[in-house]
Amino acid sequence: MLLLEHLWILLALPLAGAAANGLFGRHWSKRTVDAVAVGASGLAFAAALELWREFAQLTAAELPWVRSYFSWIVAGEFRADFALQVDQLTLVMVLVVTGVSWLIHIYSTGYMAGDAGYARFFAYLNLFLFFMLLLVMAANYPLLFVGWEGVGLSSYLLIGFWFLRKSAADAGKKAFIVNRIGDFGFLLGIFLLYWTFSAADFRSVFAAVRQMPVETEAGVLTAIGLLLLAGAVGKSAQLPLYVWLPDAMEGPTPVSALIHAATMVTAGVYVVARSAVIFVHAPLAQDAVAVIGCLTAVYAATIGLVQTDIKRVLAYSTISQLGYMFLACGVGAFAAGIFHLMTHAFFKALLFLAAGSVIHALGGEQDIRRMGGLRRKIPWTYGTMLVATLAIAGAPLFSGFFSKDAILFAAYASGQQLLWGLGTLGAVLTAFYMFRLIFLVFHGQPRFDEQAVHVHESPRVMTVPLVVLAVLSVVGGWLAAPKLWGGADLLERFLTPVLEAPAWLAAFPAEELHALELRLSGAAVLAAALGFLAAWWLYLQQPEKPAMLAARYAAPYRLLWNKYYVDELYAAAVVRPLLWLSERVLWQKVDVAVIDGAANGAAHTARRLGDQLRRMQSGNARSYAAWVIVGAAIVTAALVWWVQ
Amino acid sequence: MLTIVVFLPAAGALGLLLLRAEDHLWIRRAALTVALANFALSLLLLAGFDRTWPGYQFEEMRPWIESPPIHYHLGVDGISLFLVLLTTFLVPVAVLASWRGITERVRMFHILLLVLETGMVGVFVALDLFLFFVFWEVMLVPMYFLIGIWGHERRIYAAIKFVLFTMAGSVLMLVAILWLYAVTGTFDLPRIQALLVNGVLVLSPVTELLLFSAFFLAFAIKVPLFPLHTWLPDAHVEAPTAGSVILAGVLLKMGTYGLLRFCLPLFPEASRLLAPGIAVLAIAGILYGALVAMVQPDLKKLIAYSSVSHLGFVVLGIFAFNAIGIEGAIYQMLNHGISTGGLFLVAGMLYDRRHTHQIDAFGGLATPMPVLAAFYLLLCLSSLGLPMLNGFVGEFLILLGVFRVEKWWAALAACGIILSAVYLLWSYQRVFFGAVTAEPNRHLPDADRRERILLATLAGLILWMGIGSPMFITRMEAATARVLREMERPAVHNVGPVAPERPDPAQMLRELERLRQDMHPVE
Repeated sequence: MLLLEHLWILLALPLAGAAANGLFGRHWSKRTVDAVAVGASGLAFAAALELWREFAQLTAAELPWVRSYFSWIVAGEFRADFALQVDQLTLVMVLVVTGVSWLIHIYSTGYMAGDAGYARFFAYLNLFLFFMLLLVMAANYPLLFVGWEGVGLSSYLLIGFWFLRKSAADAGKKAFIVNRIGDFGFLLGIFLLYWTFSAADFRSVFAAVRQMPVETEAGVLTAIGLLLLAGAVGKSAQLPLYVWLPDAMEGPTPVSALIHAATMVTAGVYVVARSAVIFVHAPLAQDAVAVIGCLTAVYAATIGLVQTDIKRVLAYSTISQLGYMFLACGVGAFAAGIFHLMTHAFFKALLFLAAGSVIHALGGEQDIRRMGGLRRKIPWTYGTMLVATLAIAGAPLFSGFFSKDAILFAAYASGQQLLWGLGTLGAVLTAFYMFRLIFLVFHGQPRFDEQAVHVHESPRVMTVPLVVLAVLSVVGGWLAAPKLWGGADLLERFLTPVLEAPAWLAAFPAEELHALELRLSGAAVLAAALGFLAAWWLYLQQPEKPAMLAARYAAPYRLLWNKYYVDELYAAAVVRPLLWLSERVLWQKVDVAVIDGAANGAAHTARRLGDQLRRMQSGNARSYAAWVIVGAAIVTAALVWWVQ
Repeated sequence: MLTIVVFLPAAGALGLLLLRAEDHLWIRRAALTVALANFALSLLLLAGFDRTWPGYQFEEMRPWIESPPIHYHLGVDGISLFLVLLTTFLVPVAVLASWRGITERVRMFHILLLVLETGMVGVFVALDLFLFFVFWEVMLVPMYFLIGIWGHERRIYAAIKFVLFTMAGSVLMLVAILWLYAVTGTFDLPRIQALLVNGVLVLSPVTELLLFSAFFLAFAIKVPLFPLHTWLPDAHVEAPTAGSVILAGVLLKMGTYGLLRFCLPLFPEASRLLAPGIAVLAIAGILYGALVAMVQPDLKKLIAYSSVSHLGFVVLGIFAFNAIGIEGAIYQMLNHGISTGGLFLVAGMLYDRRHTHQIDAFGGLATPMPVLAAFYLLLCLSSLGLPMLNGFVGEFLILLGVFRVEKWWAALAACGIILSAVYLLWSYQRVFFGAVTAEPNRHLPDADRRERILLATLAGLILWMGIGSPMFITRMEAATARVLREMERPAVHNVGPVAPERPDPAQMLRELERLRQDMHPVE
């Protein structure tokens, strides 16, 4: 029971790695830096496995398992402990986070080899892991918020890793600031929660919420839910705060893999799932989760259709897939959301790492218009990326198929047929843009100068993590495959103590449920096939067609190409007015002209008055005599007047 | 004990006179020794501090002037304890910060700095209103000269502006102090407090309002509260590094300390009455300071306006009138002293190298000076309230406390934490990120050993205060609770006509004796 008693060890490992590499890494050899960073993350994964083993011996009554280490903030009646907890949800998150991160660490030793900031990079990577683990293991909202802001910091550091490039520094800053906007809501959510329940730890809060009636009209729980949602929307890049994520690809590719798959963006989904009790008691807030998720899923997918930067396509696909997870939580199928989070972590990490391998092979090229025909030259990359694409597109029996299926089924069965329709449309788009990517990158004729670019497969240290992730992208789905497909539904049953099954599920008779599941699965497969066929026809059979289509539908194409002009809109509606207001009005008018003008004006008046009075002391005896006479006359006049 | 902490620096300043004026190194060393010794002494205060006792500790009381009865009365409680420590901590920092930057009239500079320390510590520990006022004015003089002699181009304008703004407030405060004396016959703060709390002395609402306003104005200028803040950017920009560090680190805190020590417990009804208006000003300051900071082309001015924003949080927390908000506010005073002091320190280090504060002149500095860049980032993160660093604890508690009173105040103020990320990270990017654009910046030396030690000390404190906040806050709890108790008045003037403002002196003395026995049952 070593780890259960000392949960902090799990956090200390990556933190120590980050501190060691951050402070001394500059003076160490690459091998030492590797050993420290990969060792720290690997040990964290090993510790997570050991934690799982120990966790299995706990009885239900002992859950959630909470250990408090020291008091962190104490003031008045408020107290927040540095308390960690483990339950089924935490355990799943810890395993996914440490496992995927470890693979990304290994991959990075190959990808980042030769970079001047090598040690700094791994220090940040370990720091990221530390904050993410803190986020999923925290036992109260304030401590969760530490991890929450901490992953924001880590992403700021890593996105802006190549800080000599202005675009990278800009992207890092944008990520942090947009996240802060969400955090603003999250913080207020914590305040409201604390003053409502006089507690901020999960156990007390959820116990109190369970006693409350379901809010049919907007009440305090709805408000808390919406505020927490605001934070989740920022962190998980949902509408309207998704704008930071596409820019985040300015960081090195392994960072994108880390941010998009294992850490950071999954935090929002985790918080919604962690607060499931609150959302279930606040249906209005929960509906908001579903609607935002569904809209984001379709919206981001449409942008992904026309992007030409390999990482940008994947970035929009992440936003879209996160939308599905929100949709799941919004219709009450929290376990399905976490299931998709897990499978997505596998295949999206794989997609980014494979994309990194492509970029590596082409010497830094990211534009898919200048790729093509790579399939024979980098077979391992091609094979693994194809597996990931099949998984994300929802090809039967791959992991994404099961998890996306579970979400769409939940949307339909909960009575939200419209959301189901949109979700299925999103699935068509997903299959289309992903296969478009595969065809443009790996098939057809090379569209780059084959003499100038020496295409080469990546070293073993990079391809092995790809293969491992590919295997997980296939088998990961069977963990929670529903009975319909001969699966045991392991994950969902495992999570049931934390994430209760949705209420609408009980309303279905078993055989009807079965038939519905079958029909919806058929629809999902059809959707994926449709997207695949469209991509196949447009990009392999009729490669000249896409350009024609783009020319014929120029207006909508431009709209998508420019990402609906949202960045421009924000700049015009928020950023520029605020700068103008601050500089022209507040600083130059209010501060300098009005306030200082008044102060200086008062000073000038005093000085002028003094100047005038000074003239009286001219040193001229005759003028003094005159003043004396004038004064005496006034006094006499006054006396006379007073006597009368 | 307190007397030593107050006057050791002044004695040291006299000692500096014994050294030859050209002996710069020895003057610096001597000043540093005195400052460090005083810090060590003040740590003894911390060691001997009883966290459960709500009243004043280490009290010293001697008659000073017989008529009017002015006493040399000192003492610390949980509110002033850490402010004293902050002061004694920042003075050696200021001495070290001036090691290279100050090369002219070195002896005078250090003498003034030490005299300033006496004034500052005195303000925090004086319990006699008149004594308080003396220290309050004493510290003005050395600061005036520090800015006026060792400042930059517009130093005279800035120094005079600083003095005139402060004086405008302190004149009113003096009137209020004399009025209180006329009403009570004493300058002793605990006595006046006891009279008020026990309902022996009842101020009419109008009197209370006037007295409150006089005190409040003096403190609000010092804080500075929007819209009385315009002296601050000028003073900061023109002041030498040490001056900025002390100004931001300690002097501004005197305003918020005064609010907490005098305005709230002496004039609770007026405080409550005016709280909404003050909160509006505080919130306006938070947002206004942040927005104006965002567009400053001058690094020091940017930090100065950020102070306006941060101190707005402190004032807001104080006027939440609950333990969480007030403890957060006290904590935030310390945080601001360390983080903003640190930011000014780095701005000074950059100035030592490039002789400018213009952000445009920098760019890409992380390449030639990675260590300095790393420390500055930590200071920025602490200032923008990243959890696990000190700033977060203060802001979190303030907002939590305020949220209970008025949700909209907290929501508006919380916008300030978004803006703080904007202006700090943006300026950080323009100074440190990107390629080196100006040729002179290409080979700037990174932080040397003295600078590293300084910054590492601050960094250690920032982390410690971010993780181990209960070590500090539990010591503030008893005193905060006392202030909140003192704000409760027996419900006298809700009943009949206003009680007489000048009670029978003999009866008052009897009352006082009884009260003293109540408060110190053991003695």
